[in-house]
Amino acid sequence: MTTLDHSSLPHTKKHLFPILAIAVFAWLTVYNVIQPLADWISYTLLGLARDSRFGESLAFFLYDVPKILLLLSGMVFAISIIRTFFSPERTRAMLGGKREGIGNVFAALLGIVTPFCSCSAVPLFIGFVESGIPLGVTFSFLIAAPTINEVAVIMLFGLFGWKVAALYVTSGLVIAILAGIVIGRLKMERYVEDFVWQIKSGAGQVLDEKLTWNDRIERAWESVKEIVGKVWLYVVIGIAVGAGIHGYVPESALVGIMGKQAWWSVPAAVLLGIPLYSNAAGIIPIVSALMEKGASLGTVLAFMMAVVGLSLPETIILRRVLKPQLIAVFIGVIAVAIIFTGYLFNIIL
Amino acid sequence: MLTIKVLGSGCANCKRVEQIVHKVVQEMTLEAEVIKVTEYPEIMKYNIMSTPGLVINEKIVSTGRIPTPVEVTTWLADAMEKA
Repeated sequence: MTTLDHSSLPHTKKHLFPILAIAVFAWLTVYNVIQPLADWISYTLLGLARDSRFGESLAFFLYDVPKILLLLSGMVFAISIIRTFFSPERTRAMLGGKREGIGNVFAALLGIVTPFCSCSAVPLFIGFVESGIPLGVTFSFLIAAPTINEVAVIMLFGLFGWKVAALYVTSGLVIAILAGIVIGRLKMERYVEDFVWQIKSGAGQVLDEKLTWNDRIERAWESVKEIVGKVWLYVVIGIAVGAGIHGYVPESALVGIMGKQAWWSVPAAVLLGIPLYSNAAGIIPIVSALMEKGASLGTVLAFMMAVVGLSLPETIILRRVLKPQLIAVFIGVIAVAIIFTGYLFNIIL
Repeated sequence: MLTIKVLGSGCANCKRVEQIVHKVVQEMTLEAEVIKVTEYPEIMKYNIMSTPGLVINEKIVSTGRIPTPVEVTTWLADAMEKA
């Protein structure tokens, strides 16, 4: 086993904790002045009337954009720190030898905290099945990891509150566990591309890094720059559209097409959501505004899970290792599970 | 002469790692061959589970993230000493 020693790197000489403390303080200060500042700009500086449509939309936009971007930066940082303690290799070791059932539960939970990018889905898949982790358990991981993704959860928290965010995480976990168990029971091993079973990983050398706290802070900061840099524009556009809906669309305009009574709205939302993957960051603010106008929570959650969890790019990447039959089962099982969840929330909430 | 391999199927992050490696190699005026490994059976020989991966003289130095130029510089200097 190779061990990397980072202490020789020149940049680790700095002490990052004081900088971090100052950053936390600045974050808290800014977070608390956004609301008064947004109101002041809209109603005092620009002199817009408080009940005017444009004034309301603008105040909404000026408050939500900095709030969501701050939340994203702060929470992605915290989550990234946690993730430096996990790696796909460690997750694989933890899942080794677990039975189906308990293995699916572990895989789904580890899917939340293990660093994952859909571009790595193939090596991860091969690494799992090759080490003897059951196919169904592997799928529980591959469903949970992208569905319960930090950007989606943070934005749900920022725009819908913690209850909806928790509901989303819980249903994502349940779907990942059940769908994994179903796929496992269907015994689909022969629909994995043949080359996967022939691969023999090089033995021995596994990268096992010893990280200092400075390394963890630096890496977390790198992921903040990367993730926020990638999604900020979608967030701004999404909130702009949401703000427009907030100010201009009449109350309860959507009850008829996206409300509980429209039974077809849940499957329609899921079908619409599947190809929309890359815009998850932009879609949540729009959906949040739609809910204000009468869309029901179950429909909205089903839509978001389809957008985030059933991603077209990931499916295309997985096609390299899965035969079309297994791809179809994969999409089908998740789509059915999401539709069921949507109906369930529409009924109980 | 160093052999540097960038493991990855061609995603954006893999290209970024390749760029950083090329830049650092040039800055350090090293003699190095940079190889892109894009086939999964070949990638899996290095026993990695997340891409991009970076291999210097057959030794894995980084997986699943974009290393900073400073880190790459340190690893390359290290490999030169051992070579």
